[in-house]
Amino acid sequence: MAINHLAPEQTEQFADNIVGFARALRAAGMPVGPGAVIDAMSALQVIDIGKRADVFTTLEAIFVKRHEHALVFSQAFNLFFRPSEEWKHMLDSVPLPDEAKKKPKAGSRRVQEAMSQPRMTETQQHQEQDLRLSVSDKEILQKKDFAQMSAAEIAEALRAIDRMHLPQAELLTRRHRPDARGLRLDLRRTLRASLRTGGDIIDIRRLGRIEKPAPIVALLDISGSMSEYPRLFLHFLHAITDARKRVSVFLFGPRLTNVSRALRQRDPDEALASCSASVEDWAGGTRISASLHNFNKLWARRVLSQGAIVLLISDGLEREADSKLAFEMDRLHRSCRRLIWLNPLLRFGGFEAKAQGIKMMLPHVDEFRPVHNLSSIQELITTLSQPLPPHHRSLIRSAA
Amino acid sequence: MTSAANTSDALPASVDAMLELLTSRGYLAERSLATVTYLSLRMGRPLFLEGEAGVGKTEIAKVLSAALGRKLIRLQCYEGLDVSSAVYEWNSAAQMIAIRMAEAAGDTDRDQLSSDIFADRYMIKRPLLQALEPDVAGPPVLLIDELDRADEAFEAYLLEILSDFQVTIPEFGTVKPPPPPIVIITSNRTREIHDALKRRCLYHWVDYPAAERELAIVKTRVPGISAKLSQQVVRFVQALRNQDFYKSPGVAETIDWATALSELDARSLTPQVVGDTLGALLKYQDDITRMQGDTLQKVLKEATSEN
Repeated sequence: MAINHLAPEQTEQFADNIVGFARALRAAGMPVGPGAVIDAMSALQVIDIGKRADVFTTLEAIFVKRHEHALVFSQAFNLFFRPSEEWKHMLDSVPLPDEAKKKPKAGSRRVQEAMSQPRMTETQQHQEQDLRLSVSDKEILQKKDFAQMSAAEIAEALRAIDRMHLPQAELLTRRHRPDARGLRLDLRRTLRASLRTGGDIIDIRRLGRIEKPAPIVALLDISGSMSEYPRLFLHFLHAITDARKRVSVFLFGPRLTNVSRALRQRDPDEALASCSASVEDWAGGTRISASLHNFNKLWARRVLSQGAIVLLISDGLEREADSKLAFEMDRLHRSCRRLIWLNPLLRFGGFEAKAQGIKMMLPHVDEFRPVHNLSSIQELITTLSQPLPPHHRSLIRSAA
Repeated sequence: MTSAANTSDALPASVDAMLELLTSRGYLAERSLATVTYLSLRMGRPLFLEGEAGVGKTEIAKVLSAALGRKLIRLQCYEGLDVSSAVYEWNSAAQMIAIRMAEAAGDTDRDQLSSDIFADRYMIKRPLLQALEPDVAGPPVLLIDELDRADEAFEAYLLEILSDFQVTIPEFGTVKPPPPPIVIITSNRTREIHDALKRRCLYHWVDYPAAERELAIVKTRVPGISAKLSQQVVRFVQALRNQDFYKSPGVAETIDWATALSELDARSLTPQVVGDTLGALLKYQDDITRMQGDTLQKVLKEATSEN
């Protein structure tokens, strides 16, 4: 590594401060590894650290790996290396920040609960077994509305959701892998095999296309009128996020929040906790039109690009139902491969699309399904596992 | 070490020198972009540029290769891009002929045959392998363009190349050049690139330029344009970016539009001429429809008013 003579000798304090700064960033939620700290040290050797703006850009290029983190970084930088005439000395004199107060982890509640429960006696264990759901109970559970479940039933429903699995291979990609029944000739492997027989081609190797699951994008309404459902859906979405790679989840109430990253954590409790931590307004009002607008503008091109299936989970009760809503729905419909609207209101037998918002949205969906109990989620999985028809429009299924 | 020292002599020695180098080739960069470019050259790290389409991410690789006198090797990414079209492929037809020839000559040594036909001359080198070849002018500039269009499997393949600058070919061994290439990766963020890859790079978000810089860019790239028109063009475009459009115009669109207007001999912006040429700026029908009428009048008034 070349050393620029512009930069002064690095003191131990200097190194401590870079490490401290990295820790501050980590405490602020940025993923900063030790490798980045080493990079930062060597990068600061090749620039003139007398120029604050250059140091800012340098550290930013190393510590920030996503555009979303840029704001956090710049705030942290300005706090840590306060601008001043002789700011350069700050690199040598700023004390380390206190360690951020850590919140107890979400999973730890379960551990605590588990630890605090008194030990079971034998009779208790016996009773416990009797209390387990029998087969017929399970059938009832399948049909029971999420909104009417007791805590124990919800817990059982969550376990059922965990057991659901989505099939993997649905979408043909343009990549290939060795496949005896494939359609394309694998010249390279054929030739390699032919060498064993001195150049005579005896068996022909073939290539087949790699299949992978289509990406799923879920838009989940968390407004007040939906309050019974989001937790269960999030659990469902967490279960499928675990199984496949490309699932993006957005929550919307008054605002739109991307929780895909949070859901990717292994432990469902921890994942749901960090989901709710990232949303400021649970159970507020809905602004479907505005949320869809934001989604279309900021995210559609990023998450819908590879033939995604969109699950829109909402009751469609929108106050500001106007032509804008229809416009945004249309745009969403045109930018994905399949738009499935899951509406818990469909549980009511005589459901009619009377609300203005629902009328506006209906013409733009491929499928309209109920989603209020386990069996409807099971049906949804069956639908998702069927081979997708080529893009078609306005095939609205009536309420089941 | 000596070859590395020689090539680094040609590289700019400070951020200011980098800025000057880019400017001399007509690329008016923000200081922050010049800083990360300089760092990436000095540290031998790939530079990962992200930003909206048309802000000049690809252009910097072109300018850099021209300014440093290095070869530009471009890998345009697309879905389904695989090793045989990005790295190398064996020339099977030629290999087959070689086998037949050996057969006809009565050669029966299989090991000899196998090492003969998996030699350098039967290999078709694709961009990534080309970039690892030594070049007399110094290590080339490798542009991996729109990486977000390739799929995750390809990204994972890139990890070896980007951290060690080497490629392993089963039949051939490992290819590793003494001085690694200068690597510039661009992404329009149509999907997120994995953190593992970004960690190996210096990351920079390229933003739309400020009005003053954009004006300078227009003047450099569209030489014949009048001062008045160029000012109006830039004001108009900057005002458009404040509107809630599906796709805001990038610098590339500004240059296109300014060129179009100057081809049409426009003296200043009028509703008529703007309406006729709006397609150079906005690429979505919805956005164009929204621009008709009041919005156009408002933005135009903003752009053409004296200060």
